[in-house]
Parts: sequence; C-alpha cells; structure tokens
Amino acid sequence: MSDLGYDAAHMLGAVVLLMSFALLYQRRLFSLLNVFTMQALALTATAAWQAYSHGEPHLYITALLTLVLKAILIPVALHRIVVKMKIHRTIEPALGIGLTMVAGVSLVTLSILLVLPVTADATALTRENLALSLSVVLLGLLMMISRRNAVSQVVGFMSIENGLILAAVGVAGMPLVVEMSVAFSVMVAFIIFGIFLFHIRERFDTLDMQKIESFRGESD
Amino acid sequence: MGLVVSAIAFLFAVAVAGAVARRLPQAPTVVYGGTAGACALIALWAAVRLAGGGPDAALVLPVGLPWIQAHLRADALSAVFLMVVNIGGITASLFGWGYERAHHDRHGGSHGGSHGGTQDGPVLPLYPLFLAGMNMVLIAADAFTFLLSWEFMSLASWLLVLSTHREPETPKAARLYIIMASFGTACLLLAFGVLATAHGDYSFAAIRAHAPAAGAAALVVVLILLGAGSKAGLVPLHVWLPLAHPAAPSHVSALMSGVMTKVAVYAMIRVLFDLLGEPEWWWGGVTMGFGALTAVMGVLYALMQDDVKRLLAYSTVENIGAIVIALGLALVFKAAHTPVIAALALAAALLHVVNHSLFKSLLFFAAGAMLTATGSRDLNRLGGLIHRMPTTAVLALIGAAAISALPPLNGFVGEWLLFQAILNAPALSAWSLKIEIAVVGAALALATALAGACFVRLYGIAFLGRPRSRAAGEAVEVGRAMRLGMAVPAVLCVVLGVLPTPLIRLFEPALRLLVEAGPFDGRAYQPWFWLAPTSAIGNSYNGLIMLVVIALLSVVLVLGIHRKASDRVRWSIPWGCGFDGPDPAAVTQYTASSFGQPIRRAFGSTVFRARDHVDMPAPGDTRPARLSVTWTDPAWVVVVEPPARAVGWLAEKANRLQFMTIRRYLTLMFLALVVLLVMVAVTQR
Repeated sequence: MSDLGYDAAHMLGAVVLLMSFALLYQRRLFSLLNVFTMQALALTATAAWQAYSHGEPHLYITALLTLVLKAILIPVALHRIVVKMKIHRTIEPALGIGLTMVAGVSLVTLSILLVLPVTADATALTRENLALSLSVVLLGLLMMISRRNAVSQVVGFMSIENGLILAAVGVAGMPLVVEMSVAFSVMVAFIIFGIFLFHIRERFDTLDMQKIESFRGESD
Repeated sequence: MGLVVSAIAFLFAVAVAGAVARRLPQAPTVVYGGTAGACALIALWAAVRLAGGGPDAALVLPVGLPWIQAHLRADALSAVFLMVVNIGGITASLFGWGYERAHHDRHGGSHGGSHGGTQDGPVLPLYPLFLAGMNMVLIAADAFTFLLSWEFMSLASWLLVLSTHREPETPKAARLYIIMASFGTACLLLAFGVLATAHGDYSFAAIRAHAPAAGAAALVVVLILLGAGSKAGLVPLHVWLPLAHPAAPSHVSALMSGVMTKVAVYAMIRVLFDLLGEPEWWWGGVTMGFGALTAVMGVLYALMQDDVKRLLAYSTVENIGAIVIALGLALVFKAAHTPVIAALALAAALLHVVNHSLFKSLLFFAAGAMLTATGSRDLNRLGGLIHRMPTTAVLALIGAAAISALPPLNGFVGEWLLFQAILNAPALSAWSLKIEIAVVGAALALATALAGACFVRLYGIAFLGRPRSRAAGEAVEVGRAMRLGMAVPAVLCVVLGVLPTPLIRLFEPALRLLVEAGPFDGRAYQPWFWLAPTSAIGNSYNGLIMLVVIALLSVVLVLGIHRKASDRVRWSIPWGCGFDGPDPAAVTQYTASSFGQPIRRAFGSTVFRARDHVDMPAPGDTRPARLSVTWTDPAWVVVVEPPARAVGWLAEKANRLQFMTIRRYLTLMFLALVVLLVMVAVTQR
C-alpha cells in the first residue's frame, strides 16, 4: 500500500472524528444537522477512498448507501420534521459545552489506549481506524446523554452508526452483507425514531425530553 | 453399585408412574410399594456390603458436565448412611401408604382443622424423588454430582412441604426453607470450590489426594458447618426447621426430620473426616461448642411447644446437637492421635444417627396417627388417647422412652457411648479442650434430662389424662398399615437397645476408613451381647441384663402400685369443678403449658425472655381471667430479622432504579461501558 493511501485514509477518518466533536458543541438544530451531513460526507469519502486504494469495488456500494441515506435522505427528513413541527431550534445541553469537550477528549484517549495495545499485530491503518471508530461511537453515546432534545438524541444515535460503518470499511475483508445490514438497520431505526417523534409531539406538544420526563411524575 | 443405581432409577420410574396415575385408586399402593421395595433393596445391599467387607463399589456415569462426568462411589461410610436412609424410607412408605388411605377416606368428610392432609398437593410423584435425591447424595463421589443431588433433595422436600399449601402457616415455612436451603447450598458450593481450587479437579478422589492449606481448610470447615449445619438444624441456623418439618405430611415429616438431617450429618463427616485430611484440634472444639448450644437450645425450644409435630422438630434439633457433639469429640481425638477414642466417639455419632432416625420416625408416625385420629396436633386438644388408641400408645411410649435415653432402649446406648467418649477428655493434653469437653458434657447431660421432661410432657398430655376435646374423646385406632409402620421402628429400637454390639460391628469398616481404628481394638474377648469398648475406662453395658432387671423391677412396681393404690377406696369431692363431670373437654386438667411452666420460668425467662401475663378482671366483672405467655426466639432476632431488614432496605434503594429518566438510563449504560473499557485498558499493560 502506498504512503498516500494510508495518509489519505487516516485523514478522512480523522475528519469523521472531528465532525463528531463538532456535533458535540452545536447549539442549534440546523447547524447540528449540517455537521451531521458533513460527517456522513466524510464517511462516504472514506469508504470510497478505501474502495479505490484497496481495489474492493463493493465498498463503492457502501459509499453510495452512506451518501444517499446518511448524507441526503436522513438530514433532509430531519430538516423537514424540524420545520414542520416548529421545534424550538436551540439545543439545551444537559452538560456544559466545555465539560463535554473535556469528556470527549478523554474518551478519545481511552479508545486509543484501549485499541492500540490490543491490535499490536494488525496493520497500522487497521489499528488507527479502529481507534478512530471507537472514539466516534463513544462520542455519539456522549452526545445522546448530554443533550436534552429528542432530535439531537436521534442524531447522536446516527453518529454511533457512522462510527460502526467507519470500523467496517477500515477492516479489510468485511463482507458487504454486514454493511448492508448496518445500513438497513439505520434506515429502520430512523423510521422508528421518526414515528416516535411524531407521536411524542402529538401527545406532549414538545420534543424537549426534560418536559416529557415530567409527565412520568419524575423530573431531572 | 449397579444395583443401587438401578434402584434409584426405579425410584424415578415410580415417581413418573405416580405423576401419571395420580388419580387412580391404586396409585398410593404402587408408589409406596415401589418405593419401599427399592429402599429395601438398597438397604439390603448396604448391610451386606458392611457385613461382608470387600472393595468400594464405584461407577462413572457419562452424564453431567462433559469434562467431569458423574462419579458414583459407595464406601463403608456411604453404606452406613444408605442403611439409615432406606430403613427410614421403608417404614415411612409403609406408614405413608396407610396415612394416605386414611386421609383419602376422610376426604369430603370433616377436613376442617386437619393439618397435613395429603389431598392438597401432589405427594405421590415427589415422595420417591425425595428418597432418590437423598440416596444420590450418599453415593456421589464428585463435588458436582454431590451438589446437584443435594439441591435435588432440597427441592423435592421443599415441594413436599408445599403440598400442604392450603394450611395458613405453610407458605411462610416454605419461603424460609427455600431461602435457608439456598444459603446452605451456596456455602457448600463455596466450600467445594475452595477444596478444588488448587488442582481444579472436582472428584472426591482428587480432593482427598491434595490436602488444602491451613487457611483454606479453616475456611472449608466454617463453610461446611454453615452449609450442612443449616440443613441439619444447628443453632442458630435452625430457624426454618421447626416450621418446615411439621408442615409436610407426617410420613414426609418423619423422613425430613429423621433422615434428611442425617444426610446433612453425612456431608459433615464426609468433608471433615474424609476430604480434609488430618484435622486440627480447633475444628472439633468449634463443632462441639455448636453441638452443645444446639442440644440445650433445641430441647428448651421443644419444652415450650404445644404443637406435637413442632415439638418433635425441635427435639430433632436437640438430637442433631448430640450427634454434632460426638463428631466434634471424634475430630478432637483424631487430631490428638488417639484413634481408638476417636473411633468410640464416631461410633457414638453413627449409633445416634441410626437411633434418632428410628425413634424420630416412630414419634412422627405417632403424631401422624394422632392427627389422623383426632384431626389435631395441638397438645391441648389431645389427651386420654391411651384408651382410644392402645397400640399407638404403646408404640409411642417406646419411642418416647427411647428418645429420653432410658435403658434398655437404643437411645440409652447411644448416649452411654457418647458419655464414655466425653469421660476420655483427660487423655487430651490441651487444657482448654479438657475444660470445654467438661462444659459440653454438662450441657449434654442437661439437654438429656430436659429431653426426658419434654417427652414425659408430650406423652403424658397426649395419651394420659382425659380427652381435652370432643375429637380426642372420639378418636379411633388407626389402620393396620400405619400401626405396622410404627411397629417396625419400635421393635428395632428395642432390639438395638438390648443388642447394640452387632450394629457397632457393622460400623467398623466406616470407622477404620475415617479414623483408622475401631472401638474394640485391642480387646481379645468381645462377645456379641456385651458392649465394652476398649477406651470406655472399664465400663461396659449389657442390654440383656438390663432388660431382665428392668422387666423384674417393672413387675414389682406394677404389683406394688396395684396393691397399695388401686384397691383403696378413692374419695372425690362432689363439686369437683367439672373434672369428673360429663364435660369431655375437662378443662381443669393439667395442660401442656402448665407442665412446661416451671422449666419455662427457670430457663425461658432469660433465654427466650418468656413472660407470663395475667389478665385478672376486677371483682364483679364477669369475664374470665386469662393467662398469656409471650416469648421471643433469640435465633429469629439474630439470624432472620437483620438480613430481612437489609434486603428490605436494599430493595427500597434499588426501587429508585425503576423510575429514572431515559437519559439517566443511557448515562448509566454509558458509564458502565466506559468503566469496563478502562478496566480492559488498565489490565492490558
């Protein structure tokens, strides 16, 4: 493998991670969706680059799926939901931005410390790719728990899926079926989330989780 | 060995037959007949094995965990206990057959107030399973099979307790029983885990070959005393026993009290004497101390009970205490390298195991007979049964005399042997042990005397005097099968009391296996009618002489009483407060509570905080005066309530987990994930 291939793949993976960090500090729903779109585009580029540099044509399909689903369909649909439901467009963080960023950095450190020793005998690309994707997954989880808005929780969930796909395209020899099923599970999850959002909205007139929780007789 | 395994398999087949044909009228006959047959086969095999010697029978079945398999092995110790379990099984089957039929006939009649009625739940399929479980424990030769059989035995007996689930007290008893049984099994599991840690091999042969280190051995001793002790009923882990044993149908109560506790004793002997190798002196000291506590507390509890079956269950606690004292003595003497005395103490333990299984079964059968005849097991509703149920009365008298350790019955021989071992305390070098054994001996003497009082009370209140209720006045003698079921252990009690030496001879292979000596070593002349152990300090016992002397004295006594008392004119007060009147409930008689009052005052006021409350109406008030007695169970306060409170507190705290927000749940999951990842990252370097 040429040096260029390694560097480019590394850089693209880093961009996906960077976008995860960017997701963490967005205060507005639309910019959140835009950043998510950008993360999906970076992921598409990663998949396409891997397909090109490794000569594995089925990764083009992955790239295409990611592009269509994650970069176009889901952001557009979420956009429409936000507009249609007239959702309040600021996100209230449950955890301060600064604290969230510190937590995110420590999570990345943790995943690097974790993955690098385990995969001592794998290639450098695989190792770093796994570390990056684990970081993306953990940051997605962090996002889900540090935001009160239901839409941003959906976005956090989707970015976890991005991390999984990043891992899948980085590891050589992952069969297409796995990626397909991941893509479809994302699709199904999105549909379910959409339905839930509508129902929650219909019932409670809000998508702010803090207000919804007060309906259970408990408040945060 | 193949014979034993096929007999156990046959028990399972009988259980299936009992489950399928439960409703058929012949079902009890098939189940109890089949069970008795299988038990007779195993008991015979064990007796032949003990008398004839020969190599240990062993078998490896290709079942269970693939890398362990099921190791089965019957050595001399197993054979002794197989004999105990299966003789108990035979008599219980015989009695149970009659009991089941008697209760079946009463079905639809006056069932109200009848405790332990067998129509409530399925006894038939579970009864053979219970016996099969106990037999499997005795022949298991690896920890896995042992624990599996142990738990099987516990669950079968638990289900049998639950068969009377319509009684108001049963659910509580069953719940406490299953908790304590699980606790005991957990302790045994840990004990075997510690034993097998060093080499990872769970077969008893491998455990025996690798004696554990001193610390591990100490841990195992404690765990075994907790695990097997909770099943046997060692104070203060006995709390479940007096609730659960009486709740089952009477023949099952007899098995649980007379036989299942012996399986727990077997577990103690197997681990403490066999698997752990050379003992240390303090094992015996601790065991003995708990035994003494158990013996005294058990009989004090028993003296305060008005429920016949519960009284018998507490008396089981007392007898287990005596057996455990003997085990502790044997451990002490084994550690002191005086094997002949250890053999004497262990022989006393085994003899008491056999004896107690016989007379406790007999007494539980008698309680079952009273229950069948009167529908009550409250002492204060019985009375005068000697006239209505003469056979039962005679047999119960034998049982009560035997358990009170009166010569020439078997209970006396067991206690006599035990005291011979206690009198050997000066042979030890450690002064602390000498003093402890003296104290334990005094406690045992106290317990024995109190047991005498306890059974005078039981017998006197239930069988003598006048009926205390209409049902007791109208009682009829029970059927032939039940009487035969009581007669067999009664005859054995007498035979073993008069001629104990052949039975102790049967124990010899087991004693040689465990302490490498026999009780008669070094005696040239040892006739079969004469019991003179080597280390009995010159004492000996001859049951035949005892029998003749006691028979003669009894004749003299009876004649004397008749001459002096019966022929005299008796004067009675015309207004005798209803005692001689037509009222069948003769309420002014001495009651069970009044009989127990002196002892309750002497011991109970400190140990049980027993208090008498007199509610005396003011002059002119027409309501009756009332005397009520309250007492608290110290074991209950110590053993049951603190854990129950702790569980309640934890549940209260954990309840908050039910009502958290989604984000909090996610946070918890996230934190758990992060912690695990950190642990992986840390442990990797």
